[in-house]
Amino acid sequence: MTCLRMRASLIALPLLWLLLAGCSGNTSRGGVARTPWGDPDLEGTWNNATLTPLQRPPALASKEFFTSDEAAAYIKDRLEQSNVDRRPQASGAAPNVGTYNDLFFEREPKVVKSLRTSLVIDPKDGRIPQLVPEAQARLDAARQRLALHPADGPEDRSLLERCLLFSAGGPAMLPEGYNSNYQIVQTPRYVVVLIEMIHDVRIIPLDGRAHLPANASTWLGGSRGHWENDTLVVETTNLRSTSRGRSGIGMSDEHLRVVERFTRSDATTIAYRATVEDPTVYTTPWTIEISLDRAKGPILEYACHEGNYGLAGILSGARAEENEAGTRGKVR
Amino acid sequence: MVAGLVVIALTGCGPTGSASATGGKPDLNGIWQAVNTANWDLETHAAGPGPAQLGAVAAVPPGLGVVDGGAIPYLPEAVAAKANNVANRWKDDPELKCYLPGVPRATYMPYPFQIVQSPTSLMIVYEYAGAARIINMGGTEAAPIDSWMGWSNGKWEGDTLVIDVTGLNDQTWFDRAGNHHSDVLHVVERYTLASPDVINYEATIEDAKTFARPWTIKMPLYRRLEPGAQLMEFKCAEFAEELLYGQFRKQQVGQAR
Repeated sequence: MTCLRMRASLIALPLLWLLLAGCSGNTSRGGVARTPWGDPDLEGTWNNATLTPLQRPPALASKEFFTSDEAAAYIKDRLEQSNVDRRPQASGAAPNVGTYNDLFFEREPKVVKSLRTSLVIDPKDGRIPQLVPEAQARLDAARQRLALHPADGPEDRSLLERCLLFSAGGPAMLPEGYNSNYQIVQTPRYVVVLIEMIHDVRIIPLDGRAHLPANASTWLGGSRGHWENDTLVVETTNLRSTSRGRSGIGMSDEHLRVVERFTRSDATTIAYRATVEDPTVYTTPWTIEISLDRAKGPILEYACHEGNYGLAGILSGARAEENEAGTRGKVR
Repeated sequence: MVAGLVVIALTGCGPTGSASATGGKPDLNGIWQAVNTANWDLETHAAGPGPAQLGAVAAVPPGLGVVDGGAIPYLPEAVAAKANNVANRWKDDPELKCYLPGVPRATYMPYPFQIVQSPTSLMIVYEYAGAARIINMGGTEAAPIDSWMGWSNGKWEGDTLVIDVTGLNDQTWFDRAGNHHSDVLHVVERYTLASPDVINYEATIEDAKTFARPWTIKMPLYRRLEPGAQLMEFKCAEFAEELLYGQFRKQQVGQAR
């Protein structure tokens, strides 16, 4: 408080004003909440659940933005159509096999504030760009293999089912079906993002250090951040390649580079943009936009691997089916 | 103007000063690591063999104990479980499965961890299994549910960070020697900067179902001083897949595909 009073009385002395600018705890300047050392304040608990799809549905091909009435109708329709409890049942079939009941999903009745019809904002068609031919061939081969070997072993299953990477971990950090929650803690030297899913943590140094050698690649990659005016810009490389595709953005390889931009746009919002570049996979870079909205904490522990009964069930189920087919003298 | 500078000096309220970045509290920010053998056995122990096929690589390094007073005060009825754990230590230790380590084990595993401390928030991130704890600074709420890493309420007692941890499940071990606890485990941790690069760490362990009285472990934690030191990603779930799911594989590893 002492510092705040000082700053008010000495505002005509630019040099001292600069010295003191970092002195005011949790104040705002330029309409942006700031840390005591002057960076925009990104701290808190955030959520990016939305009904806006990653890619623009073909039915909306010519429509980049909803009107507010169209958005309301879309929300209503999505909530109805995607309600797994109301899925039409085949006669005699058990309802809902292979998923949770609807209440487990995060059904925030909202689309992105921009009223865009897709999270992809570039290219203009709202679609992930075409793959280069070599990448398309790799994807086709991976799909063929998966069709023949859907569950031979754990590595045939998705990174999500193996509790290795969820789309919320990113990058780009894209919402999940549920628990799309994040907590940010920041210091002058780091911005740290805790992702509820798999309790993943992205530790983003702000000190200008170089990326690690390319062989040190990981599921979350290596992130390096810096402030551009009031935007936190984070460049991530050293991302592990997988033929199954990454959770969230999907197809990529070791050349993947993601540049994210976090901008505190108002009291309850961080505007988030991420540009995905991978010249050996995509014909052009592409960009998504979503917001992180202030959420109520606390975030509790999502012990994905420790509670992963699903993976054992999927694999042992596949073996049981094979045994049954073998007993009946059939080849699956 | 002179008066203003004096005020700055007195309040420690500079633009990039450590005090303003931590709300005037001691600055525990950094990457830390225990350098001891507590993860093999909290009590003093001689060297011993590990799984035979791994030879010296997996042998147990000898070490001095970290238990204040020397021995863990098990209740008589808890001794048998410890002996059973020792007999099955290379099969049953949750660390083999890459399960979250619990508290205080996360602190003294042979991996670094990072304390991220802002004026209002404190998070501890561990390299092992990507474990993380949000410390509820000033919080007094009871744990809403049991979890692997528990529920942490933090406060400052003078220059010591005191974290009260409850809501820990009964699935974790304290070490590879099978030292164990129940679901009424209550841990009080104390972090005190002894010098810029050393934290004196204490954890008092209370569990009336397992121990005759509370007991305390003590150890220094050292700052990782290498230029560019950072936590690396150790998502070990992948490395435990064969152990956990190998039995469900279509063809066993090593068989022709």
